[in-house]
Amino acid sequence: MSSDNSGISDVLIERFGSRAGFVRQETKDGITTLWTEREFIVPVLKYLKTEVPGPFKMLYDLTAIDERARESNPVQPGGDFTVVYHLTSLDRNEDIRLKVPLKENDLAIPTLTGVWESANWYEREVFDMFGIRFDGHPRLARILMPESWKGHPLRKDHHARATEQDPFVLTEQKRDLEDENLRFKPEDHGLARSAEDSDFMFLNIGPQHTGTHGLLRLVVQLNGEDIVNIVPEIGFHHRGAEKMGERQSWHTFIPYTDRIDYLGGVMNNLAYLLSVEKLAGIEVPDRAMVIRVMMSELFRIASHLVWLGTFAQDLGQLSPVFYTFNDRERIFDIVIAITGARMHPSWFRIGGVAHDLPDGWQKLMQDFVNYLPARLREFDKVIIKNRIFKARTVGIGVYTAEEAIEWGLTGSGLRAAGYDWDYRKKRPYSGIDRFDFDIPLGKNGDCYDRAVVRMEEMRQSLRIIQQCIDNMPAGHYKSDHPLVIPPRKEKTMTDIETLITHFVGVSWGPVIPAGEAMVPIEAAKGSNGYYLVSDGSTSSYRSRIRTPSFPHMQMLPFISRGYTIPDLLSILGAMDFVLADLDR
Amino acid sequence: MNYLWIILGVIFIALSIAAGLIWVERRLLSVWQDRLGPNRVGPFGLAQVIADTLKLFFKEDWVPPFSDKVVFTIAPGILMVTILLTFAVIPFGPEFCVFDSNIGVLFFLGNSSLGVYSIVLGGWASNNKYSLIGAMRASAQMLTYEVFMGLSLMGVVMMADTFSFSEIVEAQRGGWFILPQFLGFVVFFIAGIAETHRLPFDIPEAEGELIAGYHSEYSGMKFGMFFVGEYLGITLISAIIATMFFGGWLGPSFLPPVFWFLLKTFIFIGVFILLRASLPRPRYDQLMKLGWKLLFPIALLNLLVTGAILIFL
Repeated sequence: MSSDNSGISDVLIERFGSRAGFVRQETKDGITTLWTEREFIVPVLKYLKTEVPGPFKMLYDLTAIDERARESNPVQPGGDFTVVYHLTSLDRNEDIRLKVPLKENDLAIPTLTGVWESANWYEREVFDMFGIRFDGHPRLARILMPESWKGHPLRKDHHARATEQDPFVLTEQKRDLEDENLRFKPEDHGLARSAEDSDFMFLNIGPQHTGTHGLLRLVVQLNGEDIVNIVPEIGFHHRGAEKMGERQSWHTFIPYTDRIDYLGGVMNNLAYLLSVEKLAGIEVPDRAMVIRVMMSELFRIASHLVWLGTFAQDLGQLSPVFYTFNDRERIFDIVIAITGARMHPSWFRIGGVAHDLPDGWQKLMQDFVNYLPARLREFDKVIIKNRIFKARTVGIGVYTAEEAIEWGLTGSGLRAAGYDWDYRKKRPYSGIDRFDFDIPLGKNGDCYDRAVVRMEEMRQSLRIIQQCIDNMPAGHYKSDHPLVIPPRKEKTMTDIETLITHFVGVSWGPVIPAGEAMVPIEAAKGSNGYYLVSDGSTSSYRSRIRTPSFPHMQMLPFISRGYTIPDLLSILGAMDFVLADLDR
Repeated sequence: MNYLWIILGVIFIALSIAAGLIWVERRLLSVWQDRLGPNRVGPFGLAQVIADTLKLFFKEDWVPPFSDKVVFTIAPGILMVTILLTFAVIPFGPEFCVFDSNIGVLFFLGNSSLGVYSIVLGGWASNNKYSLIGAMRASAQMLTYEVFMGLSLMGVVMMADTFSFSEIVEAQRGGWFILPQFLGFVVFFIAGIAETHRLPFDIPEAEGELIAGYHSEYSGMKFGMFFVGEYLGITLISAIIATMFFGGWLGPSFLPPVFWFLLKTFIFIGVFILLRASLPRPRYDQLMKLGWKLLFPIALLNLLVTGAILIFL
C-alpha cells in the first residue's frame, strides 16, 4: 500500500514534465500525495485512470480543504483552498492523492465529470460546502444544504453552531420560498416531460416514504410503471458531522462518529481512530486490537441483520424483520454487558478501548456464536431460498465489476459483482490479517447475489469472533502512549511537570502532531475512511468523512433505469444504505 | 319475523367476524413473529377491536380538496355493499340463509366484479399518483383473477348441477368436493387472495412501494370501510371455500351446523393470515404471468376433464 515504492509519482513527473509543477508532500498514511496546477488536474487524472499501467480506476473521494486558518503550513504551494482528489487502483492495491491549490478570489476548477461520472455528486458537495465552482459541471447545485442556504458551511468563516446566528424564524414568505425550492422541475435536471406518444409521470418518493428507510427523496420519471430516470435528492439528514469534527477535540469527536453509520456502532470509531492513531504514531496493544476486531465484527453482524430484515420487508415479507431484530437485540445484550450502551457505545478510545472486557464475556459471546448459525440457516430457508424472493431479486439491478469500480462502489456491492476486494484482506488493519476467514463473492452483481454475499459475511464474521474468543491475548487494553494515558494521579501531587501534563491532557485533550492521514476500513456497508488533517492543535483542522452510502446512492439511477417501481424497492433494499451515512 | 332475525343474524355474524379479525390477525401475526401483539386493552387485548373502531369513528374525516368529492365518498361504500350483499346468498346452516337463490354462485361472482369499481374509483377520485398506480394495478389484477375465479367454480357447479349454494352443500353429503375438484380449489384459493388483494397479492396497496396504494388519501371511517371491507372479503372468500369445497355446514350432528360452517371458515381465515405472515410480494407482471400462463390453463383443464368425466362416465 505504501506508495512511493511503486514510483507512481516519478511516472507522472516523467509524463507531464515540470509544466505540471508537481510537488510531493509527505503524509502520515504513506499515500502518494502530489500537488499540481489547476490546468493539469483533469489530464493528469485521466492519464491515471486510463493510461497508466495498473490504472487508478476508482475515484475514492473528492473533497476540499479551506486552508485560510491553518496554524502550521506544511509543504504547499500557497493557496487559500485546496481541492483533494483521492484515487484508488485496485490492481496495484495503491492509492494516490492529488491536490490543487486555489486562490480565494478565483475559486474555480475544471470539472472531472467528463472522466468519472461519479465525480458529479462529490463536486456538488464541494461546491455546496466550500463554494468552489467546477466549470463544465452538468448541474452545479447545492446537494446537502437547502437551496436557500446562505454561505458555505465548511468554510472556516462560516459559523458552526446555531447559537452563533440569529434565532431561526419561519416567516410565511420563507415557507413559500422553501416550498417552491422543493418543487420538482424536470427541466432543471434535463428531463423531458413527455415522450413522443405519452406523457411521463414524475412520482415523488420521499422524503417521507416507507421504502426509503429514512429521509431520502427520489423523483422517479415513469413511463407507465417503467423507470425512465431517477433524480435522488439527499441532504435531509445532514447534520454537519464534518464541521463538528473541526470543533470537537480529537477525543470528544468519537461519539459523533457512532452516529454516521448508526447501524455500524463502534466500527465507525475504528475508522476514525485508525486515522488519528496513524497521525499520532500510536501503537495499539494486541489485546485492544483483538477486542476492536471482535466488537467491529459483532456490529457487522448487527448491521447485516437489520439489512436482512428490512430488505425482506421491502419485498413485502412481513415477518423476518422481527426475527432479525430479535437476534440483533441479543447482540445488543452483549454490547451492553461489555460497553454499557447499545447502538452507539462510543467505546473505542485513542490508543485502545475504554475499559477491559468484563468477567464472563466469553460465555456471552460464545453463546451467541453458538446460537446464530442455526438462525442463519433458518433465514436462508425463509428468505433467501423463497421463490418469490428470488423472482424479485435475481437479475434485478445488475451491474458489472467495472461499472461498480467506475462508480466508486465498495463492500458487499462490489464483491457481489465478483470482484475480490475487501480492505480487511487487502489492507489489513487492527491485526485482522492474523485471523482466518474467507471473502464471499457473487457472480452476477444482481440484488440476489448481494443478499447471498451478505448472508455469508455474517458467517465469516462469526468465525472471526470465535477466533477472538479462543485467542484473546493478555495485556493492556490501551496503549501507554503519552497522548493516550494521562500521567499517574499520585505523581501529579509531587511533580509540577506531571501536573501540567495531566491538566492539559484532561482539559484540552491530546494535541495530535501536524500532518494528514486516512485509513480506509471495511465497514458494514463498504469502505469508510476519515481523512484527517491536523495542524498540530487540540482538534482536527479538517475531518473529511468518506462514507460508502454516498457513492452507492449516486449509482442508483444508473442501475434502476428500465426496471419498475417494485424493482426499485429491491434495488434500494439490496443497496444497504443508511441515510446518516449518506448525508453525514 | 323469523326472516328478519336471519338477516340481522347474518349481518351481525359477518360484521363481528370482520371486526374481530382485526384482533385475530394482529394476535396471530404476533405469535408467528415472536412478539406479543395487542394485549393491553381488556382481557387478552380483546377490547382492542372496540378501541380501534372508536378511534376510526373519531378521526377527522378528511376529503382532499383536490379529489373528485362525490366519487371519493361513494367508493368505499361500494366495497362494503357488494360484499355484504353476497353474504345474503351464503348458507350459514340449513334454513339459515337470507336469500337462498338458485343463482347464488353467479350472484357472488357478479358482486365481486362490482367490487373492483370501489377500488378503481377510489384510487381515481383521490387524484394522487400513488392511488392512481394502485388503482390501475388493482383493476388489471382483479379483472384477470375474476376470470379464473369463475372458471374454477364451474367444476363444482357441474358436479352439483346447480348454482345454488345450499344445493351445492347438500350435494356434498356423499363427500366433499375438495377431492374431485382439488385443482379448482387451488385456483379458486389463489384467485381469492388476489381478489381480496391480501399479501402476497396486495399489489394495489404495496405498502413499501405505494404508501397505501388506492386508499392512500382515505382517513377516518372511509378508510375504515376499506379496512373492514378487506376483512369482510377474507371472511367471504373463506366462507365460499368452505361451502363449495368443504361441505359448508355439513358435519357430525353433535354440534349445530352453524358451528361447523364457522369452524371451516375460520380455518381458512387463519390460512389467509398465515400467508400474510410468511410470503413476500411478487411483482405485478409476475402475478399476471402466473395468472394467464399457469392458473388459466389449469382452470380450463379442470373444467374440461370434469365435463368429460361427467358426460362419458
